[in-house]
Amino acid sequence: MLKTILNIKESILSARQTKKCKNCGKELSLHTLKKNNMICPECGTYFRMNARERINMICDSFTEADASVTSGNIINFPGYDDKLAAAKNTSGENESVICGTCKISGCNAVIFVMNSEFMMGSLGSAAGEKITRAFEYAAEHKLPVIGFTCSGGARMQEGIFSLMQMAKVSAAVKRHSDAGLLYITVLTDPTTGGVTASYAMEGDIIIAEPKALVGFAGARVIEQTTNQKLPEGFQSAEFLLEHGFVDFIEKRENLKSKLAEILKIHCG
Amino acid sequence: MEAYNRVKNARSSRRPSGAYYINNMIDSFTELHGDRRFSDDAAIISGIGFLDGIPVTVIAMERGDTIDERIRRNFGCPNPEGYRKALRLMKQAEKFKRPVICIINSSGAYCGIGAEERGQGLAIAENLMEMSALKTPIISVVCGEGGSGGALALSVADEIIMLENAVYSVISPEGCASILWRDAAKADEAAEALKLTAEDLYKFNVIDKVIDESGRDDLTVCCELKKELVDRLRRLKEIDIDELLQKRYSKFREIGSSFYA
Repeated sequence: MLKTILNIKESILSARQTKKCKNCGKELSLHTLKKNNMICPECGTYFRMNARERINMICDSFTEADASVTSGNIINFPGYDDKLAAAKNTSGENESVICGTCKISGCNAVIFVMNSEFMMGSLGSAAGEKITRAFEYAAEHKLPVIGFTCSGGARMQEGIFSLMQMAKVSAAVKRHSDAGLLYITVLTDPTTGGVTASYAMEGDIIIAEPKALVGFAGARVIEQTTNQKLPEGFQSAEFLLEHGFVDFIEKRENLKSKLAEILKIHCG
Repeated sequence: MEAYNRVKNARSSRRPSGAYYINNMIDSFTELHGDRRFSDDAAIISGIGFLDGIPVTVIAMERGDTIDERIRRNFGCPNPEGYRKALRLMKQAEKFKRPVICIINSSGAYCGIGAEERGQGLAIAENLMEMSALKTPIISVVCGEGGSGGALALSVADEIIMLENAVYSVISPEGCASILWRDAAKADEAAEALKLTAEDLYKFNVIDKVIDESGRDDLTVCCELKKELVDRLRRLKEIDIDELLQKRYSKFREIGSSFYA
C-alpha cells in the first residue's frame, strides 16, 4: 500500500519535472521519458539511466547485497568528505554501484549496476569491494554475473586505493571465469578510464548500448597529447564494434530479452 | 622532500630507466621483440636472461635517454601492443617456469587515437586478469614514475618494490589538479593530497619494500635492488604455486577492504 502511494507520488513528481533532449532540444517530462526507458520519443536519443531504474527494467526480482558499504575518506583527501556527502544526498545511494542477486526470465544471476549519479560512477575502494564480493559470491554459488558499466574511471580522491581496485576486481573476475562461469558486461554511456581498463572489458560477452561513449583516455586528453583531430564517432559503441571490441550493440528496449536468451544458452 | 619534488625527481631525464637496470642486473640478456599481433612497442624492452644465475623474464619500461631515443620509445608510454608483448612474454615465462621481473617507469599508457583503436583498455584489463593468476613468481619494481593503469598493467605482482624517489599514482598531479580544481598549477597540492610517494605506499601496505636512495649513486642503488630481487625471488620460488597464487590474490583482495569489514 505504502509502496503504491510512493509510486503515485513519484509519478506526479516526475510528470512535473522535465529534461531537455541534448539532440533534438525537445523538452520532455521525466514521466514520459521513464515510460520510454529514458529514450527520447521524438528522436530516439538515449538519456543516462538511473541504476535503480535499470535494475527494474532488467530484473524480474532483485535482492540487494552490501547496500550499506559506503566510501570513507581513506587518504584524507581535501574536500572529499563534502563531495561524498553531496553525492549521497543527490543520488540517495551509498555508493557508485548497486549489487545483488536477481532473476531474469527464470534464470538466476548476480548483477551489478554502476550509477552515474554518484560521483560519475567513479571506482573507489567501496565500489571495488562490492563488485569483488559480487564475483566471489557468484563463483561460490556458480552463478553468472551481469555488469552494467557507467563510469568516469578510478576515483582519484582515494589515490592508490582506487587504482588497486582495478586489480582486485580483475583477480575476482579471473577466478569466476576459471570456474567456467559466464560474465556479461553491458557498456553504457559513459564507460571510461580505469573501468574500461579493467572489468568493463573482461566479459565473455560484451554488449554496448547504441552511441555509448566507451574509451580508455578522455577525448580532450588525446587531442591535447597528439594535436590530432579525432575521427567522427571516435570512442562510440559503433566505433568499438567496428574495431572488434564489443560483441554487439543492443537497443535498450531489447536488452532484457537478449540477456535472457544468452543466460538460457549458458544456464540450461 | 615534499611530494611534488619527488614527482619531478621521478621524471628527471637523469634518472635511470628500464634499460639501465637490465644492463646492470641481468647477465646474457636476449631481447625478445613484438606482440605477434600488430607490432613491436619500443616503450617496453622485454627478454630473457640470468639474475645472479636464476633464469628470468624481464619486462621493463624505457623512456629513452636522448631526444631521438625518447621519441622512438614514445617517452616510455606503451601502446596496447606493448602490454600484449608483455603478456606474451609472461605466458612464455609461465610455460618455462621462469620468474618475471617487471620494471615500471612511465607517465602512463599512451593516450592516442591508434591506442584506442587497438584497445588500450582491453590490453590493460587482460594483463590485470592474467597476471593475477600467472603460475610463476612476479616481482614488480617502480623505479621512476608509476603512472596509473599503464603502470598497474605490469604490477599485479607477488611483491612490489619502489625506489625511494619513485612515485606511483592513480593520476598525475597535474591531471588531478586540472580536473578537481581547474588549475594544473596546483599540481604540488595535488601531489601532496594523492599520497603517491614510496613512503606513503609502504605505509598503506600496497608495496613491500622501499630501496633507500639517499646520497647513493645509481649503480649502488641498482646493486641493492639486485640483491633484494635475488633474495626475494629465491624465497618466492620455494613457495608452492597454489599457495603463491592464493597469497597474490589476498594481497590485492585486502587493499582497501579493511574499511568495509
